[in-house]
Amino acid sequence: MSRREELEAVIELCRAAAEGEIDPFTVDVDYVLSVIRRHYGEADSLEELCLDASALKGVALVLERQSGWIRHQSTTLYRDPFLLTRRLMEMDIRAIAEAFMKSWHPIVELEQATADTLLNALKYWEGLLPLEERLKGLELEERGVEALSREEAEALGIIAPGGFDETLREMWRDLRERGATDYWDWIGTESYEETLQRAFLTSYLVSYGYAALEMDRYGEHLILKPVERPGGQKGERRSLPVLIDEEKWERWRRERMGEN
Amino acid sequence: MKQAVHLLFFKHHRLPGVRGWELRRALGPEWLDILEVLDNRLKPLDLEVRRVFEEPGEDRPEEARYYITLRGGVEQRTAKTMGWRIDDIAGLAVAVAYIAARGGKAPRSDVERVLGEKLPGWRVRANLERYIEEGYLEDEEGVLILGWRGRAEVDVDRLLDRIMRSKASREKLVKEGGKSLNSPRSEGDG
Repeated sequence: MSRREELEAVIELCRAAAEGEIDPFTVDVDYVLSVIRRHYGEADSLEELCLDASALKGVALVLERQSGWIRHQSTTLYRDPFLLTRRLMEMDIRAIAEAFMKSWHPIVELEQATADTLLNALKYWEGLLPLEERLKGLELEERGVEALSREEAEALGIIAPGGFDETLREMWRDLRERGATDYWDWIGTESYEETLQRAFLTSYLVSYGYAALEMDRYGEHLILKPVERPGGQKGERRSLPVLIDEEKWERWRRERMGEN
Repeated sequence: MKQAVHLLFFKHHRLPGVRGWELRRALGPEWLDILEVLDNRLKPLDLEVRRVFEEPGEDRPEEARYYITLRGGVEQRTAKTMGWRIDDIAGLAVAVAYIAARGGKAPRSDVERVLGEKLPGWRVRANLERYIEEGYLEDEEGVLILGWRGRAEVDVDRLLDRIMRSKASREKLVKEGGKSLNSPRSEGDG
């Protein structure tokens, strides 16, 4: 057997034991270590070094599984698997089922619509135009192609006054001046519409790397921090949905008024 | 209390149950006291607030998952109305007990072999799929472990204890005039 074949066999054996396919105590750890020791230092390529490392990792996993097994045997949950299997074979199906039913506490879970949900749905239904009306063609007026001026687009709310990029930069400058701040204190204003608009722009501020949004472990507080050099931050990027509903905004506003 | 009931009884996510930190956020700092009061009020209804830690060694209440479960066991009549045949339940019991006795992991082929001693092969495969689909078991590349529902609903220690203490149940049933269900075909193969 070549060095490679011997090590691969050892790795496979350890993998099977670590993944629970075979009893971890059937692995002769001394033998596995002797194989690794015998070939140690013979590696002459990165691939062979990786093979050595995998074999060592395999032994470590087997030992971990053996230790876990011993820990499990010392707990109250431990019952000899052989005896248990024999007992299960001796028992009648009805007796096994009865033993299970005495230890079974099914979860109570409801998925029904509540009266409130039905009322809201009904309101929605009442306000919904008949399909025929909704599908009626829009009244179209034929007009030539015209360019929309910047002022008109701003007035229609299609673009932010001064341009989107400029608005973002303005927000970034403002955030840098204020420093780390509570998310709601940052987006919240006296008007709900403006709050929504600031939340929308802030989402781009974060996505483009001008600011970082941090949440505490329990998701109760969100802190917005300015980033001095956008694009320089490392680490995992995650998507964070934040609900800005009117009720929450109202609560924030009341709390704020209480403070002042 | 009302809010706790709404959170715990109604399914809000893909899986039932509510995380401790979600309850704390919704109910405030006295959330554990509220759960205790709710648990007491549920007692006469044979229900309970059950706390399940998902990671071994974890003991922080915020990290646990909370469910409303039956406090006592299930009657055979009730199990039938829940859509469980007696051999489905027995099969689940055998699988859970076998996995638990092997330290929480067992090769799927071994579990299939044990179930195959008393159930026909097609039923073994169908049952295992059902147990996995409903969350009682999980298949990690051919190795079976307890699933989220198994951990939440089954008192494994009690089950193993009952199985080990059960004595010659077959003889007892025969003596009582009960019908033996050991034969794989006795429950009807269809």
